Amino acid sequence: MQTIKLSRSLFPALMLAAGMVAGAAQAAKMDVTIGMQLEPPNLDPTGGAAAAIDEVVYANIFEGLTRFGSDGAVLPALANSWEIGDDGMTYTFTLQEGVKFHDGSEFSADDVKFSIERAMAEDSTNAQKQLFANIDSVENVNGAAVVTLKAADGNLLFNLAWGDAVIVDEKTAETLATAPVGTGPFKFKNWVQGDQIVIEKNPDYWGEPVKLDTATFKFISEPTAAFAAMMAGDLDAFPNFPAPENLAQFEADPRFAVVLGSTEGETILSTNNQQPPLDNVKVRQAIAHAIDRTAIIDGAMYGYGTPIGTHFAPHNPAYVDLTAKSEYDPEKSRALLKEAGLEDGFSTTLKLPPPAYARRGGEIIAAQLRAVGIEVEISNLEWAQWLEQVFKGKDFGLTIVSHTEPMDIGIYAKPDYYFQYDNADLQALMASFAEETDSEQRTSMLQQAQSIISDDYVNGYLFQLAKTGVASAKLKGLWENSPTQANDLTGVFWEE
Amino acid sequence: MKLRSLVPGAVLVLLFFSAALISYVWTPFDVTLIDIKSRFQSPDTTHWLGTDHFGRDLLSMLMVGARTSIFVAIVAVGIGMLVGVPLGLAAAANSGNLLDEAIMRTNDMVFAFPALLIAILITASYGPGALNAIIAIGIFNIPVFARLSRAAALSIWKRDFVLAARAAGKNAVRISFEHILPNITNLLIVQGTIQFSLGILAEAGLSFVGLGAQPPIPSWGRMLADSQTLIMLEPQLALIPGLAIVLTVLGLNLLGDGLRDWLDPRLRRER
Amino acid sequence: MLHYIFKRTLILLATLIVASLVVFVSLEIVPGDPASYMLGLNAQEDTIAALRAELGLDKSKVARYFSWVGGLFTGDFGTSYTYRTPVADMVRDRMWVSLPLAIYALALSTLIAFPAGVYAASRRGGAGDTTVMGLTQLGVAVPNFWFAMLLVLLFAIKLRWFSAGGFPGWDAGFFQAMKSLTLPAIALALPQASILTRVMRSSLLDVLNEDFMRTARAKGLSRRQALWKHALRNAMIPVLTIMGLQFSFLLAGAIIIENVFYLPGLGRLIFQSIASRDLIVVESVVMLLVLAVVLVTFVVDLAYAWVDPRLRGTR
Repeated sequence: MQTIKLSRSLFPALMLAAGMVAGAAQAAKMDVTIGMQLEPPNLDPTGGAAAAIDEVVYANIFEGLTRFGSDGAVLPALANSWEIGDDGMTYTFTLQEGVKFHDGSEFSADDVKFSIERAMAEDSTNAQKQLFANIDSVENVNGAAVVTLKAADGNLLFNLAWGDAVIVDEKTAETLATAPVGTGPFKFKNWVQGDQIVIEKNPDYWGEPVKLDTATFKFISEPTAAFAAMMAGDLDAFPNFPAPENLAQFEADPRFAVVLGSTEGETILSTNNQQPPLDNVKVRQAIAHAIDRTAIIDGAMYGYGTPIGTHFAPHNPAYVDLTAKSEYDPEKSRALLKEAGLEDGFSTTLKLPPPAYARRGGEIIAAQLRAVGIEVEISNLEWAQWLEQVFKGKDFGLTIVSHTEPMDIGIYAKPDYYFQYDNADLQALMASFAEETDSEQRTSMLQQAQSIISDDYVNGYLFQLAKTGVASAKLKGLWENSPTQANDLTGVFWEE
Repeated sequence: MKLRSLVPGAVLVLLFFSAALISYVWTPFDVTLIDIKSRFQSPDTTHWLGTDHFGRDLLSMLMVGARTSIFVAIVAVGIGMLVGVPLGLAAAANSGNLLDEAIMRTNDMVFAFPALLIAILITASYGPGALNAIIAIGIFNIPVFARLSRAAALSIWKRDFVLAARAAGKNAVRISFEHILPNITNLLIVQGTIQFSLGILAEAGLSFVGLGAQPPIPSWGRMLADSQTLIMLEPQLALIPGLAIVLTVLGLNLLGDGLRDWLDPRLRRER
Repeated sequence: MLHYIFKRTLILLATLIVASLVVFVSLEIVPGDPASYMLGLNAQEDTIAALRAELGLDKSKVARYFSWVGGLFTGDFGTSYTYRTPVADMVRDRMWVSLPLAIYALALSTLIAFPAGVYAASRRGGAGDTTVMGLTQLGVAVPNFWFAMLLVLLFAIKLRWFSAGGFPGWDAGFFQAMKSLTLPAIALALPQASILTRVMRSSLLDVLNEDFMRTARAKGLSRRQALWKHALRNAMIPVLTIMGLQFSFLLAGAIIIENVFYLPGLGRLIFQSIASRDLIVVESVVMLLVLAVVLVTFVVDLAYAWVDPRLRGTR
């Protein structure tokens, strides 16, 4: 009987003590704790594709010749200026002075040559090899990096800003995955797998010093846990907050600020263009008219998201609003199905990856399609399975995914891409676009491309993913938009 | 008398079973209809329990969810019984020899695997869904029934009327089915009820992590998972399915206890 | 006794070998390629092939089985495909969360169950007994993840007494670490305590009815003395068995709770590894858990046999 009395009095006392210890831990703010949903599998942005890698290291630990600004502009980074040869095939990059890698070694054009050649190599595991496909050679010419292309390319500066093109040191290249060594304003400190990654200020940084001493990235995949962690003050910010239903509560709370912006994520109902009856454009058009975008944006994303009528970001100046072509009209949908000879409807598969826009959006779309006679069988897949079945195996009818790479309308020119759209006119158009350097011409070509893929109803164009971030009201400098997948902390500071 | 657990137990079980059965022919609303404009409604005369985040009627979702849970649990227990009982009887009939050893060792090995973990493994690897959930849960019911039937059968083998049957020349298989099985039926019913309630909890757990019945088929566990981020705004979305699970499992456990006391007077010792 | 130990050890080894085969085979048939997963949407075929070779995925199944099992013996659990770090290190780090959590939950469960079970047994049939039995019936019926959700709602979000999850690490201090494990431990302990209470109670009641108890009473020992001296000791055997089983369940069964509280434990490791097709992690961790359970059963069996010689014969 002694045991019960002891535990009855000790327990609450322990809890009280623990509570007081926790309260005392509020120190002066030179550190920040950022929440992320997905943990990167490793820390080498040049060796694997996970966006989560860039979200930790881009602009913080690693830098490239150019970088993306918060509005998507291509800015100088390790290259402080460049000259383009008259034929458009030679780029001479003048590099920053006094740059050191985190292990102390000097940065030079040799490192640029090494990094690019490493990315292009046969056995390289760089996920965006095509960014370098057009590069013929890279040479160190009197301290400047000279890049020679195989053909004129308007995209080079843009390509070099990607996380997959950051500059690394030959000495440390092999172990980047677990011990990243870059030139950025933060150094890697440690990684508790499954929990968090800590980075700290680089005192020898060549550029403007950052206003933080340390930054911790905590990985919380469950939306409920993310909400609870923010509310409890365990996190200072969650730049891609996964539960839009909770944003109103954060807005109403003066401790927090909701940071809204745009991403490059076109969220689409991808349709397997080679699978009957989806290979019939009338059927695809019927699907487009059966979908009510407002219901999806409200029901799945609680109002956050901008409707799109084609595969292009609305905030981009070249965007054409084609949403009227796929207006919600179930009557028209049924009529089109009848025209296609499918008056009684048909059934197909809807394979959904983990994100809420897909799972919730998928349930809503399934109900909308059912209303016009199209039965879909929902399969909730993990990313690994989705990649296997849908992306590689092309074994699907419909799927929902958000394509977050910037300016990726070019995927419609690849007939082998998972939705298998094969249109020779579009392919020719995109080929000429790649060589075109005049910006007016480029815009007009992009607009043409948008119309083509909209007229062909290649995929169901749903909405542009919004960047919904939550942060402590006193934390400033976080990116509002997501022109590339990154958590650039270089401009982040605590306001008093 | 301990019959005071039998009655409330039976009532609860009957309630949920009827809800499940009725759902096959009628529910107040169609659970596959999504109507965003009607979401988060409080209970009123149209929607007796309100609506969820997709505007679906909660009462209808509960009824069909009952059907899902009960179906998965029944079939899983069924698998356990249909495979486990014969194994257990065979082991008892061959007590001491190689067959008995083999069956018992395999039993122990299945017991050694953490059940929930393996169920998650199976459903996550081979695809989520009611069928795989049934198989995963069913596999772990087999050793339970095998062990139970064997232990019970062993004690019956020693009884006089069985010895008489053996003397009369009946073989082990006949004896197992004609004499042993009827005498362990009560035990099986009681254990079956307990396993059933465990099956409901297991199905809820698997559905909670997304590995049970898939959309648009409602399931209580998934309703709970969907309600998590909304728990501060719409707590009833978390409370109602949770209570449904608690009451069903409670009912089954009470029923099992009551049946045990009612069916087998010898077990009705001072408990 | 020696013969019994020898026999049980053989069975232990056989079980482990068969288990390793089952684990390996069932996971190898699983569809999904870890290399594709790691490289993502835009990776090209040759890149994926290069990664597969790097990870050793292109060797034959038999070769991989033996190298895996051989590694297990030397403590080399392989290298994770996704994290590229030794599985043994990851397991060790996670153990520092899962093990204390399991112990904490078991301790809570025991602290509740023992007194409750004894109380119920001593008040058999009365109001106290019925109340305890009623509560345990409820406790067993509550899904632990639902209870966890309610705990978070009340104690973390509304009252802010606890954080809603996460684990600060033992470096942050013993109290801080234990505090973050408290709500999860309570959620886990509730159903376990309910089961344990019932087992404690029925086991005590069984013993209280035994002949030797009546002898003790006849000898003049008061009811309370009889209870404490004889009944409790003898009732402990089945209780200890259940506790042993509960421990194994707590170690592996805390998966869902670890997800709700985002604790970096073994359960969540398995979950994430299944999702990312990091099969080597899954195989090794499952084997580890099976080993733990089998060992606990082994030890309990031996203890049983040592205490009760009648059990050393045929089962």
